[in-house]
Amino acid sequence: MSWQTFLPYLVVMAAVTYLIRMLPLTVFRREIKSVFVRSFLYYVPYAVLAAMTIPDIFYATGYVSGGDPAPLWCALCGLVTAVLFAWRGKGLLTVAIAACVGVALAQGVGMMVG
Amino acid sequence: MQRPFIRGLKHGIPIALGYLSVSFAFGIQAVGTGLSPLQAVLISLTNLTSAGQLAGIQLMAAAAPLVEMALTQLTINLRYALMSLSLSQKMDEDMTTPRRMLFSFANTDEIFAVASGQPGKVGHSYLYGLMLLPYFGWALGTLLGAVAGTLLPAFVTRALGIAIYGMFLAIIIPPSRKQKPVRTVVLFSAALSLLFRYLPLLRGIPAGYAIILCAVAASCLGAALFPVREEGGA
Repeated sequence: MSWQTFLPYLVVMAAVTYLIRMLPLTVFRREIKSVFVRSFLYYVPYAVLAAMTIPDIFYATGYVSGGDPAPLWCALCGLVTAVLFAWRGKGLLTVAIAACVGVALAQGVGMMVG
Repeated sequence: MQRPFIRGLKHGIPIALGYLSVSFAFGIQAVGTGLSPLQAVLISLTNLTSAGQLAGIQLMAAAAPLVEMALTQLTINLRYALMSLSLSQKMDEDMTTPRRMLFSFANTDEIFAVASGQPGKVGHSYLYGLMLLPYFGWALGTLLGAVAGTLLPAFVTRALGIAIYGMFLAIIIPPSRKQKPVRTVVLFSAALSLLFRYLPLLRGIPAGYAIILCAVAASCLGAALFPVREEGGA
């Protein structure tokens, strides 16, 4: 990507992300009283991550430059593996690796069958 | 008692290892969407956020307007405002404004989780130690993924593409299992997201805005149906 296109994106991303983290820690120190706002903010991370994961995870195995993406069912296999490990309360790293292994195994099975 | 800085460094090791693998996948994805390795590393050095960076490179690839980029980052990263707010109550008196400004840069989900789990107040030595290894782990993983990722067989890079989503699931599934309100919000948001992707009329809405709408609608639903009375308990 050309630097003229890239740099404005980079500056906007970094500035917005930093201000969100920095302002509440420095300027805004007052406690939020509204139960609705507090509740809303409590649910935001879960809602964001759910919307980012579904349905994008179905296509997550196609990010390679060149070559075909892995079939949809390989991604589904990774999704199911990740959900099973996360359900059992495994850590971030374990679940992430388990999802990758799920996709890898599905591809292996696909190669043997097809 | 160990020096706080050393204690922070040690607590940062597992986070850094986790970041190394997830950012490796991010590096692969970044060059896959047309960025150079240097550009990928610059994003990681200046942002330090998995979900925001992933959405960011997708918006860049789609040549989205800067406003959409700003609004998407605002929504996806809004949770950090909550975490910073919560951590501000836990900071030692030695956390002056410049020190808060430096640390807040590295207030990620995992660093926040570890820092809030510490007994009592936390000071700058501990927090600096805690943020150091994860920060460089995140950048190093991105570099390795962006440079060496193309050398790996497609079989492996396809599998690694799912790593970040695995991490997201590891964050949302355990509380969804234990708390019905979180489960409701997660399922509602995912269902809305499916509609935005596949329904003929809604399909035209840019992905960045779709995430915002899903998150705001689902969080409002959660706040209306299940108000949170106590900190952390719904």
